[in-house]
Amino acid sequence: MKPPAFTYCDPDSVDEAVALKNEYGIDSLVLAGGQSLLPMLNIRLARPEALIDINRISDLQKIERWSDVLEIGAGVRQYQLEDHPLVQELVPLLPQAVKFIGHIENRHRGTVGGSIAHADSAAELPCTAVALDATLVVRGPSGSRTIAARDFFQGWMTTALEPEEVLVAVRYPVMPWTAGHGFVEVARREGDFALAGAAAVVNLGEDGRIASLAVSAASISDTPVRATAVEQALAGELPTKENIARAAKEIVPSVTSGDDMHATRAYRQHLATVVVQRAITAAVARAHERSNAQ
Amino acid sequence: MTTSTGSKYGTGQRTVTVRVNGRDVTREVSTRTTLADFLRDDLDLVSVHLGCEHGVCGCCTILLDGHSVRSCLMLAVQADGHAVETVESLSGNPAELHPIQESFAEEQGLQCGFCTPAMVLRTKEIIETGRELTDAEVRHEISGILCRCTGYQNIVNAVQSASAKLRCGAAGAGCGAAATDDSTGGRH
Repeated sequence: MKPPAFTYCDPDSVDEAVALKNEYGIDSLVLAGGQSLLPMLNIRLARPEALIDINRISDLQKIERWSDVLEIGAGVRQYQLEDHPLVQELVPLLPQAVKFIGHIENRHRGTVGGSIAHADSAAELPCTAVALDATLVVRGPSGSRTIAARDFFQGWMTTALEPEEVLVAVRYPVMPWTAGHGFVEVARREGDFALAGAAAVVNLGEDGRIASLAVSAASISDTPVRATAVEQALAGELPTKENIARAAKEIVPSVTSGDDMHATRAYRQHLATVVVQRAITAAVARAHERSNAQ
Repeated sequence: MTTSTGSKYGTGQRTVTVRVNGRDVTREVSTRTTLADFLRDDLDLVSVHLGCEHGVCGCCTILLDGHSVRSCLMLAVQADGHAVETVESLSGNPAELHPIQESFAEEQGLQCGFCTPAMVLRTKEIIETGRELTDAEVRHEISGILCRCTGYQNIVNAVQSASAKLRCGAAGAGCGAAATDDSTGGRH
């Protein structure tokens, strides 16, 4: 239960981290909060030649607004999102979802970029990034590029990051003030990995119908899933209980996880429908609250 | 950008200075040593208990710059320049326990004691937020630490009792009796 030997690098700039990534390539891993990587090292599921610790890079720890985008540095700790005024005001789905990540002891160390780059399909930050149409900013030896969250998650714990690239920030579009959001998870015990989770963001028109809806689900497939069929089923509809329940069933074909020790596929299909329905219902309630408060 | 940046880094030892329980400690550590092993083996702070060593049980919880973290999920080198607090900082003398330790003893908030240092530190952190919590909220706040003995109820009682004592201590005379009765009464 001790990590294998590795070359420990703790650069203090993104440029140096990228240079190290370029040097060691696929034999290196970036150490951010360590809440997934340290267990993997302790159990020796991971045996990197080099560990590139990004905790000393202050450039990765900023939360800034750029016109209609909130940019969160990859090294920002998850607990910081819980009561950060800019995050609460501009992307209120995030503080709600972050509270479901493990326990507070994990969120004190775990980072935004770490969770997204780790790309566990049960995780909250990948799921919300997909619902919010976030953009990921990555830096490699030839400069920066951006990747849409929807294209970033490619398979089970597999992302569009190249071996020599480092995730530096996540850009979240600012949510309209009148938008409603919901995040729902089902887990057997408090703080466990979700058996199924869902995020929803809704904008209602003046006629009370659904003007736009974004839904994503966690822990039902190899990657977080954008529930386009659910969204389409509710487009232009009134957000009644019946309509939401009917549309939520459209998530079922997206459940590709097979039976495992935690749940059968049939149970996950049921749970996926339930969490999607609850997330949309919560989002609609919040949107009503917001429009009534105007 | 250079191509040989890695040459200044190695696999071996590093010198770190960590502020441990209020005192700066400088030691050579192997870069792959976890903070938990460093505290136990190099500094003899054996209140840091290792249950699972992969972040599930929470028994190795310490306070890092005042925040509860799992010390098995950090490398000792990462604590360089930071402040670490273990339960030894509260009181090492059984005759003069810290009010939180007293409450755990009074309420029988422990049986085997394996999770207790972590629970005590987490309690300290919870109380320092200054918020008055319901029992259900306390259960939520301590959910990151597993106890296999108590069924948690006596731990919740201990947190509430310590919280009442310390809140009233901070507020001065006059609030003690009622708050203490509220938080411990009727649960035994």
